[in-house]
Amino acid sequence: MLEKALEGNKVYWGWLGFLLVLMGVGGACYWVQLHEGLSITGMSRDVSWGFYIAQFTFLVGVAASAVMLVIPKYLHHYEKFGKILILGEFNAVAMVILCLLFIVADLGSPQRLMNVILHPTPNSVLFWDMVVLNGYLVINLLVGWVTLQAERNQIAPPNWIKFFIYLSIPWAVSIHTVTAFLYAGLPGRGYWLTAVLAARFLASAFAAGPAFLILATYVAKVFANFDPGKGVLATLGKTVVYAMSVNIFLFLCEVFTVYYSNIPSHKAHLDYLFFGYDGHGVLVPWMWSSMIMGLIGIGILLFPKNRKRDNMLIIASLLIFVGAWIDKGLGMIGGGFVPSPLHEITEYVPTQLELGVSLGIYATGFLILTVLYKIAIGVKREVEIS
Amino acid sequence: MKNSRRTFLKIAGLAALGWGVRPAGNLFASSGGGHGSASGVHWGMVIDTHKLTDAIIEKCVEICHSIHNVPTIDSKQDIKWVWKAPFHSLFPTQDHKFLKDLSHHETLSLCNHCENPPCVRVCPTKATFQREDGIVMMDFHRCIGCRYCMAACPYGSRSFNYHDPRKFLKETTPEFPTRAMGVVEKCEFCAERLAEGKLPACVEVSEGALLFGDLNDSHSEVRKLLGERYSIRRNPGLGTEPSVYYLI
Repeated sequence: MLEKALEGNKVYWGWLGFLLVLMGVGGACYWVQLHEGLSITGMSRDVSWGFYIAQFTFLVGVAASAVMLVIPKYLHHYEKFGKILILGEFNAVAMVILCLLFIVADLGSPQRLMNVILHPTPNSVLFWDMVVLNGYLVINLLVGWVTLQAERNQIAPPNWIKFFIYLSIPWAVSIHTVTAFLYAGLPGRGYWLTAVLAARFLASAFAAGPAFLILATYVAKVFANFDPGKGVLATLGKTVVYAMSVNIFLFLCEVFTVYYSNIPSHKAHLDYLFFGYDGHGVLVPWMWSSMIMGLIGIGILLFPKNRKRDNMLIIASLLIFVGAWIDKGLGMIGGGFVPSPLHEITEYVPTQLELGVSLGIYATGFLILTVLYKIAIGVKREVEIS
Repeated sequence: MKNSRRTFLKIAGLAALGWGVRPAGNLFASSGGGHGSASGVHWGMVIDTHKLTDAIIEKCVEICHSIHNVPTIDSKQDIKWVWKAPFHSLFPTQDHKFLKDLSHHETLSLCNHCENPPCVRVCPTKATFQREDGIVMMDFHRCIGCRYCMAACPYGSRSFNYHDPRKFLKETTPEFPTRAMGVVEKCEFCAERLAEGKLPACVEVSEGALLFGDLNDSHSEVRKLLGERYSIRRNPGLGTEPSVYYLI
């Protein structure tokens, strides 16, 4: 099926070429990082994780969202999702690869990466995150490829693949839960030390992920005449609005506990993010934008009429996706480190080189996504014609 | 014949699997530290804040950083093993509005060598580990630089080599290894000096403001002081059980 990726029009090749250029830029930035170390980033003694780890955290959620198609299709036999299911699975593959690349980019000594396997340490959540992320990658690649191959040969998928399809459901939940546990078990970081963190992560993931799938499907519709089927995206929009509402609810639960209990070590972080702390507040406008985008997105998608209108669905999906990205991809990590346990304030802003490396990684992910989508849509077209 | 070959392959397969899984069984038994046992030596430090002066603090920092090849980097990516920090930073929950100058009174900050160290619990490679005597150590050659330990440490005691530290060292001592770029480091209670029967360097130059000894020995000097005077530890509510005590 790989040959489907080798035939395409000018737009396809142009897009791939553009991504390759960005990958080159990212590669050059990473080359500087390899030589100069993470000193080229905005990270510090106090804020020891930054943009890379934040992107990884956010993208785990986007990857997990494939389950929002798998559950309706395989547990509720909602057959309409059958057509875009492959897009969800291949999206998961690309996103998990992005996650892994961001983790490697963040390592101070990437040449020793294999130490995590050579000296496995089950009491470290990071060890389990490695296990679940790689497992999720394999499961989705396997399921996506085998079902697509069966579709191409116009036969039913083999029975054994059902096992992996059902396995992918709890596994998707596990990747974002374990990722939340990276943070939620640390004693001195009030912003993360909350049992609701994993639930919040999942809720925002199941909003941002399907929102991304909606957007990606529209792109496929415009550039490859891909038809997702009538009403499919509107239904997915329903998933987005439910998940985003739950996300906001869980966030407000957090706000209540933090402010009503009035515990300074928990309050300081939310204060810093939304109101500024001791005159420092580089993230304040971002966090409010994120909040407002999420609420407008919900406001639009709550109405069935809006979900059925392409432009409304696109705008709302964009707002919710960007809002969730700000919340997790910027605020979640920075906010957890500021103020430091010594109540000192060192703000974090990513440097240009750091953003350059990130750009290259994103380009790599989108290249993989494009190629996989090209294959999937190519196969579907071939089946339709025959 | 066919059957017996199949049986052989099955047994061989199972044996290989068992051989592969066996070490994993041991792994699950490994914990994230917790060597708080009452038997054996447990090293601890007592800092007498009444005797501590700015000059003594500076001497402690100077000797520690020079014998351990700790660079001074003039940025937020600095490396610190022991450093000067005000009371309100070290004890934010004990600070209050009526505390005048004492709030800004400088004191000494270093790794607490916790009995339940969160840094050891989270390290994915056991590059940071706890010895039987309670010292939390670093294996600079195993650390992958993921900095999970820095997120886990509630005392800000860990530093990461964002830069190549050797560029910032004017002179180095061959007695202690310099570090490579991309690994985490911190105070190790001068484990290399303890091995030679010497006291930690900061304790030696502290003019009696810092005391060091076995917390499990009820006759040790540190235990006597802890029994007779009021002491506080940094953020004890987190259950980390720091081995560094501040006499107040």
